[in-house]
Amino acid sequence: MTPDPLLTGLAALAVDAPDGLLDRIAARWVSVPSPIGELHVACTDQGVAYVHAGAGFAEAFRERFGRPLVPAARPLAGLLPALRTGRSSGVPLDLRGLSPFQRDVLEAVRTIPRGEVRPYAWVAARIGRPGAVRAVGAALGRNPVPLLVPCHRVTRSDGVVGDHVFGPAAKERLLLAEGADLARVRELAAARVFYLGSDTTGVVCFPTCHNARRITPRHRHGFRTLAQARAAGYRPCRTCRPGQSLTG
Amino acid sequence: MRETDCLDPVRKALLDDLDEGFAELYGAYRGMVFSAALRLSGRWADAEDLTAEAFLRAYRALAGYERDRLAELQPRAWLMTILMNLWRNQVRTSARKPPPELRDQPVDKIDPGEDVEEAAARRETGDELAVLLGRLPAEQRAAVVLRHVVDLPVSEVAAVLRIPQGTVKSHVSRGLRRLRELGGAR
Repeated sequence: MTPDPLLTGLAALAVDAPDGLLDRIAARWVSVPSPIGELHVACTDQGVAYVHAGAGFAEAFRERFGRPLVPAARPLAGLLPALRTGRSSGVPLDLRGLSPFQRDVLEAVRTIPRGEVRPYAWVAARIGRPGAVRAVGAALGRNPVPLLVPCHRVTRSDGVVGDHVFGPAAKERLLLAEGADLARVRELAAARVFYLGSDTTGVVCFPTCHNARRITPRHRHGFRTLAQARAAGYRPCRTCRPGQSLTG
Repeated sequence: MRETDCLDPVRKALLDDLDEGFAELYGAYRGMVFSAALRLSGRWADAEDLTAEAFLRAYRALAGYERDRLAELQPRAWLMTILMNLWRNQVRTSARKPPPELRDQPVDKIDPGEDVEEAAARRETGDELAVLLGRLPAEQRAAVVLRHVVDLPVSEVAAVLRIPQGTVKSHVSRGLRRLRELGGAR
């Protein structure tokens, strides 16, 4: 019996799935070193979607994203140096599952340089929602990509480092590892100093701003509020932008 | 081959670990799901969307299954059922807002506005037989694709389409007859 050409032709219509298709379905995971120990990182075809510390990574990812995880052959390019140096602006992120507000918060926090801290109110002002300070805290508490969006650099304005996705101890370790002078911040906060000005430049900064760290003791002046600094003739720094929480 | 074998590697992997089991499931059935999606929808991009969505839904369903349900799972028929439901929904949705009916146009006529991706899809699906499949009524197309493109046994086609085996056979034989007529008429 000769094979039916129609059936042969139909069987020949079977094809394999294109190679990249799995990356539209599953996320790829790797285990990588960081200043606070080993992390699990999940990446989609868009970028890093999830960073997790400790046990229960797969379960937490599944609950949050509902996507399969498959092992990655190697970490995403740039991921290891970003985690090592704290400079993560070159690492693509996949923030598609988040609300516009959450994304705005994370984008704003991403601009804080390593070794520096900003108050929660600064983030709220930066995204044009000065009244949403608590909501900013909640959004950072759900940050899916800690370290890469450096939510550890957002601290309470009273000098306490505050809470973090990975816990307050991890937050403090991350800040110390990147050279943030937390002892100095606490010392200033105890003296009710939250802004530092230079009488040579007439500029006032957050204490951890790299411009503030260069002020010599002789020319350094502390302020409790920005209004007091302004009244004394200082203008807000254009780098750390302490003034954006006030109108104008 | 019927999947009554309790050593089915996909099912075993799913019982061990959901993510590793999914990788097995994808590896074993990616070609089958994609082939069916491509020959049912007739478009490469639609086939990618349908396949990705089918596997994603499968994963989310599996995440909620108890062990005894996993132990009895017939992965192949179950997966193809998910795909067929997605395809039927897509057909229903697109029927409400009729798209330009590409399939009734002569195969060789090239749309000057066609982009690169569509041109690639045309090449992939441009096979004459694939185009003729698109001209079968939906139930015949589904039966022929499942039976003769992805080579499921009649019993499994019946389970996937939720119709009696006799109805599968009649859809298949009518579909094949129509394909011969269409092919011969060219």
